Amino acid sequence: MSTAAVELVGLSKSFGDVTAVDGVDLTIRDGEFFSMLGPSGSGKTTVLRMIAGFEQPTSGSVHLAGQDVTGRPPFARDVNTVFQDYALFPHMDVLANVEYGLRVKKVPRPERRERAMAALDSVQLGDLAARRPTQLSGGQRQRVALARALVNRPRVLLLDEPLGALDLKLRRAMQLELKQIQREVGITFVFVTHDQEEALTMSDRIAVFRDGRIEQVATPADLYESPTSPFVAGFVGTSNLLDGGAAQTVVGRPGMFSIRPEKIHLGDDVRDGDATAPGVVQDVVYLGSVNHYLVELDAGPTLTVLRQNLRGTTDEAMALRGQRVTVGWAPEHVIELGPHQQLEKEES
Amino acid sequence: MTFSPATRVLLRAFTGLVLLFVYAPLALVVLNSFNTSRTFEWPPPGFTTRWWSAAVESDGARNAIVVSLEVAVMATVIALVLGTMAALALQRFRFFGRDTVSLLIILPIALPGVVTGIALANAFLTMFGIQLGMLTLVVSHATFCIVTVFNNAIARLRRLGGNLEEASMDLGAGTFRTFWSITLPMMRSALLAGALLSFALSFDEIIVTTFTAGQGIQTLPIWIYQNLFRPNQAPVVNVVAAALIVLSVIPIWVSQKLAGTDESVAAAR
Repeated sequence: MSTAAVELVGLSKSFGDVTAVDGVDLTIRDGEFFSMLGPSGSGKTTVLRMIAGFEQPTSGSVHLAGQDVTGRPPFARDVNTVFQDYALFPHMDVLANVEYGLRVKKVPRPERRERAMAALDSVQLGDLAARRPTQLSGGQRQRVALARALVNRPRVLLLDEPLGALDLKLRRAMQLELKQIQREVGITFVFVTHDQEEALTMSDRIAVFRDGRIEQVATPADLYESPTSPFVAGFVGTSNLLDGGAAQTVVGRPGMFSIRPEKIHLGDDVRDGDATAPGVVQDVVYLGSVNHYLVELDAGPTLTVLRQNLRGTTDEAMALRGQRVTVGWAPEHVIELGPHQQLEKEES
Repeated sequence: MTFSPATRVLLRAFTGLVLLFVYAPLALVVLNSFNTSRTFEWPPPGFTTRWWSAAVESDGARNAIVVSLEVAVMATVIALVLGTMAALALQRFRFFGRDTVSLLIILPIALPGVVTGIALANAFLTMFGIQLGMLTLVVSHATFCIVTVFNNAIARLRRLGGNLEEASMDLGAGTFRTFWSITLPMMRSALLAGALLSFALSFDEIIVTTFTAGQGIQTLPIWIYQNLFRPNQAPVVNVVAAALIVLSVIPIWVSQKLAGTDESVAAAR
C-alpha cells in the first residue's frame, strides 16, 4: 500500500566483481523533484538505469506507483528518460522524434501531432519542428529530449545528468526552466547529477550517494545545514573538519565537527558570544564578490573562511596574508558529524 | 605539411605517373573496343563499332552477364541477412565463444580461394550429395560475401552504441519495433556499402567459382577467361571489359556520395 512514485527496496547491482549499487532503500514521493547526488562511480546512474529498466538488479526490487516492476523491460514501465547525451534519433526530424513515443503507442495521427507540437511549444522549440537534431545547438537538443520524454506524460521522468554538456550560463537558465516545467506538469522528476549546486538549486529532496550506498536523504537546507557524515559535509559545500585534539581544543569536547566557511567570522567581524580560536592567515583567494581566507589554527587544522567583499579594498584583504588573526563563530553553527571513531573506521 | 616548390612539382609528377600507370591500360581497353584490328594493332588502323554490335548479339556474353548478376544479387542478399544478424548478435550480446565465432565469420575472406573452392566442392558432392550448380555457387559466394557485410555492420553498431535503442525502448517500443525504426535505418548506409562490396566481390570471383559452379554454369569472369584467347572472340571480350569499366564507376560514385552525406555517421560522431 504505497502512494510513492518510486520505491527501491534493498536494491543492489554488481558488474562482475564490482559492486556498483549496494543495498539501496529509497522512497520517492509523488510529484517530487528528487535528486540523486554523488561523485562519478557512486552508483547514482546505475540506480536510475534500474528504475528505467535498462539494467536488472542483482538483488532487491523496484516499485513504481506501488507496483513491482523489477522484471519488466523498459518499454513496459511508465517512466521516460532524458539521456545525458540526449540520444535523439538522427534520422528523424525534431517533430518525429517527439512523436515517436505516441506513434509507438498508436495514438491517432491528429492527436499525436497536436500533443507533440504542444510539447515543443512548451520548450519554445515550435519553430524548429522540421529540423534534424544535427542542425540544433546543445541547448536545443536538450529541450527536444525533454519534450520527447514529457509528451508521453510519464508517471516519473528520469533525468541522467541532462545539463552536463551545457555551458555554465545555459545550465543555470535550464535549471530554473526545468524546475518551472516540473511544477507545471506535476510529474515526479528523478534527477541525477554530480553538481551539488545544481542539486541544491532544483530539488525538493536530495539523496547523497557514496560507493553504491545512500549516505543521507534530506531537503537541500537540511543537507547543507545538518549533514550527518563528514562525506556529506565535504561533498555538499565546503566543510571545515575539526576532529581529534583540535576538536577538543577548539570546540571543547571530543567528536567530529564542521563549520561552514560563511559562518566563520574573521578579525573585526568576530561578535560577542562567538566561540573563538587564534590562527594565521595562510592565503587569500580573490573570487570577485567574495574572498576565501585560509586560516591555519594554532590547534592544527586549516579552516576556509568566506567573507563578502562589502568594504575595504582588495589590497587590504590581500595584506592579511601571514597575519595573526582571531576567527569566531556562533556555537550553534558548529555541525556535529558524530563520534570521532566513525571516521577512523571508515578510513581503515 | 609544407614542401619546397621543387618537392611539390616532383610529388605532383609522381602522382600523375602512378595514376597514368593505373588508368592507361584501362583506357586502352576502351579504345581497343573500337579498334578495327582483330589483334589490337597499335596504333589502331581505324575505328569501328562492329565489336559492340557483335557483343550485344553474343548469346554467350549476355548469358554470362545474367548469370553473374543473378549469383551476385543472391549471394549479396544472403550475406546481408546473415551478416547483419551475426553482427547484431556479436555486438549486442555477451556469450561463451563470442570471439571465436567472430574469427570464424571473418576467416573465409582470408582463406585462399583455391582452398575454399576445393573444400566446398568436396563437401557439396560427397557430404551433402548435391550436384554442383546455381545453388552451390551462390552458397559458396555467400561465405565470403558475409564478411564484407558483417565487417561494415559491426563497425557501425560499435560506433552507434546502444543509446538510441535504449531511448526507443524507453519510449515504449519493443525489440522488433526498435530494430525496424531505429537500428536498421541507422545501419542503412553501412549495409549498402557492405552490399556494394559484396556484390563486386561475387561479380568478379573466378577461383571459387571454377570449383563450385559445375559444368552448366558460366559466370562472366569464366566466360571472359575462356574466350580471351580465341581470336574470334577477343574483340568481343574487349567490349565486355570496356562496358564493365564504365559500369563499375556507378557503385563507386554512389558509395562516395553516401559517405559524404551520411547523417547517421555524422550523428554517431
